[in-house]
Amino acid sequence: MKRSWPAGAAPFAWLLVFFALPFFLVAKLSLSHAVLAIPPYAPRLDLSRGAAGLIGFVRELNFATYTRLAADRLYLLAYLSSLKFAAIGTAILLAIGYPMAYGMSRYGAFARQTLLIAVIVPFWTSFLIRIYAWIAILNPTGLLNQVLAAFHLGPLNLLNSQTAVIIGLVYAYLPFMVLPIYAVLDRQDESLIEAAQDLGCTPTQAFWRVTFPLSWPGVAAGALLCFIPMVGEFVIPDLLGGSDTLMLGRTLWTEFFADRDWPAACAVAVVLLGTLAVPIALFQRQQAKVLS
Amino acid sequence: MVSCIDWPVSSAGATPLVRFEDVSKRFGALTAVDGVNLEIAPGEFFALLGPSGCGKTTLMRLLAGFAEPDEGRILLNGEDIAGLPPHRRPSSMMFQTYALFPHLNVEKNISFGLKQRGWNKDRASARVEEMLRVVRLEGLNLRRPDQLSGGQKQRVALARALAVQPKILLLDEPLAALDRKLREETQLELKAIQRTLGVTFLIVTHDQDEAMVVSDRIAVMNEGKIAQIGAPHEVYEQPASRFVAEFLGEANLFPDGAHWHLVRPEKMTLSATATPGGMAGEVMEIAYFGDRTRYVVKRPHGQVLRISRVNLGPPLSLEVGDAVWASFAPDSAVTLAS
Repeated sequence: MKRSWPAGAAPFAWLLVFFALPFFLVAKLSLSHAVLAIPPYAPRLDLSRGAAGLIGFVRELNFATYTRLAADRLYLLAYLSSLKFAAIGTAILLAIGYPMAYGMSRYGAFARQTLLIAVIVPFWTSFLIRIYAWIAILNPTGLLNQVLAAFHLGPLNLLNSQTAVIIGLVYAYLPFMVLPIYAVLDRQDESLIEAAQDLGCTPTQAFWRVTFPLSWPGVAAGALLCFIPMVGEFVIPDLLGGSDTLMLGRTLWTEFFADRDWPAACAVAVVLLGTLAVPIALFQRQQAKVLS
Repeated sequence: MVSCIDWPVSSAGATPLVRFEDVSKRFGALTAVDGVNLEIAPGEFFALLGPSGCGKTTLMRLLAGFAEPDEGRILLNGEDIAGLPPHRRPSSMMFQTYALFPHLNVEKNISFGLKQRGWNKDRASARVEEMLRVVRLEGLNLRRPDQLSGGQKQRVALARALAVQPKILLLDEPLAALDRKLREETQLELKAIQRTLGVTFLIVTHDQDEAMVVSDRIAVMNEGKIAQIGAPHEVYEQPASRFVAEFLGEANLFPDGAHWHLVRPEKMTLSATATPGGMAGEVMEIAYFGDRTRYVVKRPHGQVLRISRVNLGPPLSLEVGDAVWASFAPDSAVTLAS
């Protein structure tokens, strides 16, 4: 497709300034080593010495941080644990989000709009405040346990546990699962379902043979939209998780702020991005296939 | 309220395949179908014809099971099919938008209903090949719907609906999306397919030419009611009402007390010289169609006549504004009931 020059260049300029350049800086940092200084890493590029400065700088860069990460089981465990949380979260989100999106798409225009707004409304409150609210709900004397006590149940000690993290993840990411699935279901041609029923499908069979396969792009978009940021999630495990909740976002934060090991933090970020690029690429290919 | 119907509801002799008995369907305040009585014989090509909003599509959807009548019964082979869901009805429908499954190729679209009926792979694929031959799309088995032209999609939709061996095939404006030339070819082909397979076809259309070309009988509908049922030549030559007269082709109507006399444009003659009994007028418009020429003539008191003249010989040397005299043979006028 042919695009006019300034409009066509805009997305690339955006990517260059806000993704490629910062990523280049992070990648460069991951190849340096930590020192007790400000800023806390070396080598630093000294262009006043001209080409010699550049060559000296490049010579001091190495993959030592990466080998250190690979040797330390903590990082591998944090990484696997992050994937586990994200996978469980995505599975639960699918199980809740798909029926929600499907239900919404079956309503009349007015109810549909209202429900859509209801899904979006929580965004009007700060994310941080909503996660703090969960602390108030889950804590030992919190809302949940008060309700349970009224029924002579509990108490449940959920706060600072892995369950709390999952609850937080599911709560925070639900709209990102519902909206793409809803978008696909909403524009699905009603006559396809009628055709399926006319050809002998019960409503349930029509759903599994037509509606569901056709909603696959929305499911894939929703799953990736939730899975990818959940792997790197920091705030939710930090506020709702316990000391045993090992997630990459937290590890990264600790490296950066507590240990002041910027190269290690950057290396973790690069590895994370590298591994998440795989599902993104798969998704892209799948989308391209659907569109072609 | 008309107590007796002045045209036969059924085609002579045969036991009906489908029978609508006083069927009504309302959507809120709107009565979409209003006391319809109708019989369709096995093997018949039957058309529901009418302007948009006349209830013809609703009537078809009642038969397919996508809606239930508020009043009356629908009998299929003598059995009331009330409450039977669409997937258990022996009809199959070809949708106006074709409704091909975009995630399935041509072959899987056509075998969709067969798989649902538990046909094994060999039997189903033999049936798919047979259907592709019928609609002349051999070799396109693996194409996806978005790789097909409009005409090809239409054929796949037809093949898919026919594959399940329906007792009656319902066609909802099947040719509306095609361009004119393709539509006219397809009309004849549709008729040939129907004759070859012997399946009963029920077509819904707003196109009078299409209804007349393809069908054995036509039910003309207006405002939820049947205006007339008959063979194409009957509804055209002996329309039961002014509505039918004007909806099917062009009509010159002459008032006579409480009645109207209808004369079709091709039954009128035009002369440049005064003829005894001829109606004087002025040529408003001349349209040349090759095989015929159509004249619009305005009489002094304002009535506009439409006259069609077959171009057997040289055209009349007339120009817009010329004085002409129009006439018709008395026996070519039809008196309308209302």
